[in-house]
Amino acid sequence: MDENSKLKGGPDVCPGKRGQLDLATVKAEIEETSGPEYWRSLEELAGSDEFREMMHREFPKGASEWLESFSRRGFLKTMGASLALAGLTGCTKLPDTVIVPYVKQPENLIPGKPMYYATAYTLGGYASPIIVESNMFRPTKVEGNPDHPASLGGTDVYAQASLLDLYDPDRAQTVTYMGDVRSWTAFTEAVRGPISVQKGIAGAGVRILTQSVSSPTLAGQIRDYLKANPQAKWHVYEPINRDNVNEGAKMAFGEVVETRYDLSKADVIVSLDADFLYAGFPGNTRYIRDFASRRNPDAEMNRLYVVESTPSSTGMKADHRLPVRAANIENLAHVLAAGCGVASSATPSLSDQETYYVMAASKDLQDHGGSSVVIVGDHQPPALHALAHQINAKLGNIGKTVFYTEPVDANPANRNQSLHELVEDIRGGKVDLLLILGGNPVYDAPAELEFASALKSNAVALKVYLGTHNNETAVLCQWHVPEAHYLEAWSDARAYDGSASIVQPLIDPLYGGKSAHEIITILAGQPGLTGHDLVQQYWQKQHTGGDFETFWRKSLHDGWIAGTTYAPKNVSAKGISPQRSQPADANAIELNFRRDPSIYDGRFANNGWLQELPKPLTKLTWDNPVMIGPAMASRLKLSFKDVVEVELNGKKVKGPIWIQAGHPDNMVTLFLGYGRTRAGRAGTGTGHDAYPLRTSQAPWFASGAKLTPTGEIYNLASTQGYQTMETPDGSDRPLVMETDLEEYKKEPAFAKEGEVPKELTLYPAVDYSKEMYAWGMAIDLNACVGCNNCIVACQSENNIAVVGYEQTLKGRHMHWIRVDAYYQGDRNNPKGYFQPVPCMQCENAPCELVCPVGATVHSSEGLNDMVYNRCIGTRYCSNNCPYKVRRFNFLLFQDWETPQYKMMRNPDVTIRSRGVMEKCTYCVQRINEHKIDAETASVREGKDVRVGDELKTACQQSCPANAIVFGNLNDANSAVNKWKAQSRNYSLLAELNTRPRTTYLAEVRNPNPELKPESQHERSAG
Amino acid sequence: MATQTPIPVEVPKEDQRVPVIEPGHSFATIGEKVSNIVLRRPVSLGWVFGFLVMFSGMNMLLFALGYLFMKGTGIWGITIPIGWGFAIINFVWWIGIGHAGTLISAILALLRQSWRNSINRFAEAMTLFAVACAGVFPLVHTGRPWLAYWMFPYPNSMNYWPQFRSPLIWDVFAVSTYGTISLVFWFVGLIPDLATLRDRAENPIIQKVFGLLAMGWRGSARHWHRYETAYLLLAGLATPLVLSVHTVVSFDFAVSIVPGWHTTIFPPYFVAGAIYSGFAMVVCLAIPIRAVYGMEDFITARHLENSAKVMLATGLIVGYGYFIEAFMGWYSGNTFDSFLLWNRLHGPYAPWYMSLLISNIFIPQLFWLKYFRTSTFWLWILSLVILVGMWLERFIIIVVSLHRDFLNSSWGMYYPTKWDWMTYIGTIGMFLTFMWLFVRVLPMVSIAELRTLLPEAHVHEAEEVHK
Repeated sequence: MDENSKLKGGPDVCPGKRGQLDLATVKAEIEETSGPEYWRSLEELAGSDEFREMMHREFPKGASEWLESFSRRGFLKTMGASLALAGLTGCTKLPDTVIVPYVKQPENLIPGKPMYYATAYTLGGYASPIIVESNMFRPTKVEGNPDHPASLGGTDVYAQASLLDLYDPDRAQTVTYMGDVRSWTAFTEAVRGPISVQKGIAGAGVRILTQSVSSPTLAGQIRDYLKANPQAKWHVYEPINRDNVNEGAKMAFGEVVETRYDLSKADVIVSLDADFLYAGFPGNTRYIRDFASRRNPDAEMNRLYVVESTPSSTGMKADHRLPVRAANIENLAHVLAAGCGVASSATPSLSDQETYYVMAASKDLQDHGGSSVVIVGDHQPPALHALAHQINAKLGNIGKTVFYTEPVDANPANRNQSLHELVEDIRGGKVDLLLILGGNPVYDAPAELEFASALKSNAVALKVYLGTHNNETAVLCQWHVPEAHYLEAWSDARAYDGSASIVQPLIDPLYGGKSAHEIITILAGQPGLTGHDLVQQYWQKQHTGGDFETFWRKSLHDGWIAGTTYAPKNVSAKGISPQRSQPADANAIELNFRRDPSIYDGRFANNGWLQELPKPLTKLTWDNPVMIGPAMASRLKLSFKDVVEVELNGKKVKGPIWIQAGHPDNMVTLFLGYGRTRAGRAGTGTGHDAYPLRTSQAPWFASGAKLTPTGEIYNLASTQGYQTMETPDGSDRPLVMETDLEEYKKEPAFAKEGEVPKELTLYPAVDYSKEMYAWGMAIDLNACVGCNNCIVACQSENNIAVVGYEQTLKGRHMHWIRVDAYYQGDRNNPKGYFQPVPCMQCENAPCELVCPVGATVHSSEGLNDMVYNRCIGTRYCSNNCPYKVRRFNFLLFQDWETPQYKMMRNPDVTIRSRGVMEKCTYCVQRINEHKIDAETASVREGKDVRVGDELKTACQQSCPANAIVFGNLNDANSAVNKWKAQSRNYSLLAELNTRPRTTYLAEVRNPNPELKPESQHERSAG
Repeated sequence: MATQTPIPVEVPKEDQRVPVIEPGHSFATIGEKVSNIVLRRPVSLGWVFGFLVMFSGMNMLLFALGYLFMKGTGIWGITIPIGWGFAIINFVWWIGIGHAGTLISAILALLRQSWRNSINRFAEAMTLFAVACAGVFPLVHTGRPWLAYWMFPYPNSMNYWPQFRSPLIWDVFAVSTYGTISLVFWFVGLIPDLATLRDRAENPIIQKVFGLLAMGWRGSARHWHRYETAYLLLAGLATPLVLSVHTVVSFDFAVSIVPGWHTTIFPPYFVAGAIYSGFAMVVCLAIPIRAVYGMEDFITARHLENSAKVMLATGLIVGYGYFIEAFMGWYSGNTFDSFLLWNRLHGPYAPWYMSLLISNIFIPQLFWLKYFRTSTFWLWILSLVILVGMWLERFIIIVVSLHRDFLNSSWGMYYPTKWDWMTYIGTIGMFLTFMWLFVRVLPMVSIAELRTLLPEAHVHEAEEVHK
């Protein structure tokens, strides 16, 4: 840690200057200069737009904004931010801001009451509509936008964790030139010359490299610039891209279209290596909701087939899962297509098991024509995508479960090709001014491009990088402009269904960051235009009819712009029959590259919440393993912790082995995103970098890898001790109750076997029924897809500390809710289960009995309360907790120093000190907030108002699957009571008679009766 | 006890074994021999060297604790799910060792086992020091030791009492009561000897110190009468404590629901184990001390053999405890209990369990043979083995039960850190430092009580009977 903190970098300076000037800064700037320079400065100042803008204002410094009703909020935000900035490190001098108390209370602001703003979080160009909680103008929590069809209240882990990125103390804090601190003005001055030179040659030397852009405003800005400077070029690159999807669409339809699914209407889903139930897949939040809504065994249940290479949480939810090497999936797809009646050019031979599986699946698909769907993973080749379009068309799914629309991406160019062209131009000396807007191509570009060396060479005269961190790319560019976080700057973006959201900032840039919009204004010679102006202008142009102000405010309030959802497009698949690619050598080891489930392509490497987030299957933190299957491990005599060298085409990478149940044989998976060299204090140096093996010819899988044991040992920090429900002595523990649909219909109460009759006690039972509230929770294991979202949501809501690799390795991670993953049966193709475990809030809580000081006590509402102040830290409660949900502050895990984190934390939740126990409280701060509201309403309205189902815990609120329900057990109509009344409801470890308030709805799978003997065989084999 | 013939030393016919005090001693020689160690014997280089070694061990403890207070319990190997590690293992181990002293002084006194007279003093001292070592751990193992006093019921502005259902609170009372009674008992027993030292001391300062501590003892009949009464009362008071302390300590485990802890056999099995390790420690200390200070006359082979017999008996009870635990694991049919048994035998800590069985059950069976009971070398070695075995027992009970309990997902492993070892070895250093000082500043065997073993003491009795 100490070593890493040295990397913090960034000299201590005040945040860079704002776009608007005030007298003080003008004075300071003049004072800085002398002699001839002084005069030039003055002239320039007088001539600059900013100066004129300042002179125009009667009262500088934001005062004129006060006049506009909308900007009042903006002004208050400014004030809030200035207040907050006063506490930031990195400042040698406090901003000259007079802080005055409110003369008039701002509208809607009640200190201590949070406010909520709709905005959108963007990953890979796809927006996640969110609502952000703001406490005194500090964003503190991300929630899904319940009204937006792409969210319905759910979020994914990246959206949840993006909050931590905002307050990341390692963010670039100032504009730099060759590593030296510069002002924003200095930057605009410096690029002015080169830009005007380029203007003269139609922008021939200008290249803009962006990540995927779905922002209509930004795309419009860039296109406008390109129109004015036709020789300039816009390149797009992102390592986790959808090239295959787009190429496949081109193959099938002749144009790039967006494919959208409606899983709520799909009875049969076949996934060909598509991990559509995990963050990073466009629309995953909505897909999880729709998928889970069809997992109720008492209603019409869907059936999921997953043919996959690298095991994923989607595969673990499958009713039938088939592990196949990535290159072989194409073969299966051809047989599947043939089975569905699509004329296929190839009839590859499959193994008996595969044939059996595919035939059953294709029959099932055909039986459900119009209510089925075939989804192909992003990393499968274009031909497979084209084939899937044909299968879906043949099954009559188009317009029912599958929809085609305009692409969400504003520039769906082939990413690899686009970057190739750029590098060629750089090497060819055609580039004079390179703008890299976001991303980190030096780290994640295809290996054969040697992007770093291209950038390092002096071929490009001026390189400007806009990025949040001083990372691998930033050091190779002369200018580094700190990028504003999405909660700091105006923008817009489209969700997976095309609906556009305004990205609304909640706070002024903490470090004077700039958005891509503002960089383009400099390029286009329109300085002074703010992101807000640009976005508003764009939508003003789009807006027809009605009052724009009303439209604008409604769009901001709702979180999206009504009527922008893309209508399904009529495209017809051409009757081409996609050719099979060259079949891979069956004996060669296949190497797969996958995005990391936690840190994605590496952009979240410095996000402690995500680094410490246990990956859905392995439960690994802080590292990426070399993943192989059990068969391969025993063949090569490799075991956990062994460090191996993976070699592909002469390039090597070293990493520790992880043997993953269900991983196909003769295949290795490497996860991208680790091994960063300039990520920040959390991300630098964790794991190994797999990018050097990844080329644009084989971005996702390649054949012919070599594995060599090095004899070294490395410990991977996994948060789960043991991953099967079968204990090593051969007995089975009834932890996740599971059956199949047929059995369930016969015996609906199968899960209640272990229940103890409530009368079986010597002690008088505590009667909770007289209380106003009795809190309880139920978790539907059938709906849970193991997406991990609850963990990050809880971490954010409850100010849970990040402990780091060393401590996680020791087992001291602090998550209040965890998602246990269990495997059962054949290790080569096991069944998988997810079980979220928060505190059970036992009525007979074993922890309470043993605490010597009464620091954990029962409330009248049935909560097992933890009194941090009273805790002396004997850890006896944790020893006696059969669910091991208690977490102990063995050291001072909370960061009490970093000022940024102080701003981020939920003010309603205590920051725990060292030496105290903590655990899930059922979000008691939310309970109390709602109780206070209800009591106030009771008094005001003169009638009994009680808290209803609108009260949601953090895990419940953001759960995309709706797998968690929480509420009042004393309210007969509460949702939680309805869930608990179901026959599937059971208590974990019921025989201990702890009487947990958190119960589970047992898991019911829906296997295809035709494939059932095989599954029985699997079970007996296990 | 009454006898008509004062000389030679009367030995009952049935007791023709090695005497508890070698022949040829008189009141004067006993007083001289014992007090000379304190008052006349020069400080040897060996003693100083040994003291420095032990004292540096004690300082290592202080250093480890200092770092602990600075950083928190995270410097140890404990984690979730193994919330208790070396600290509690050592606590139970030391408390167990601390059982022998009071057992010897109180229970054997009540049972009129006069052979205990020559070993009770340092056994009691050992008890006190062991309890002091044990007492360190419950305090420092808490996450916030500066608030550990909240475990005591004292009136406070928070208007809050301890949670009396928690066995840890019972522990506080049991251990503190035991510590107090042991201290008082030991001190009361010391008073006549302190007076002897006062009278024999030549240095005026030492005279003053011992005089102060002797509390005006003049050896009058009234004094003796009061002394004997108080001693008997304290013995009566201490006797139930010997049984209760470790019973209460065992409740820490038995009251919980952790498989491997939740069992009714714990109280008797813990008490037996405590006496077992306590006697092992007594023997372990007695053998070198009597050799170095020439106390073979007072601590004879008879004492050692009796101690070996006690160890054999309590060791068998402990073995029975292990057997019942294993049997119940199988017989209960409970999946968690049967897994516990499996895990002890085959899990990652199986070698530790095997070592436990070997050192606590199998090797001590050698005590059936008289040779091993009387050979000081073997007796010393076997006592050490038992001490290690009893430490391992606590390790197995605490760590192996916790590391794999109900939910497979939450299983973990425990790896003690250097700080764990430093704290543990540090308490041994502290214990031996105290012992080191004790043998030089206080009479290590009870002069007054040893004198009662002489025939002269019985003449007086006989005369009284005659009257």
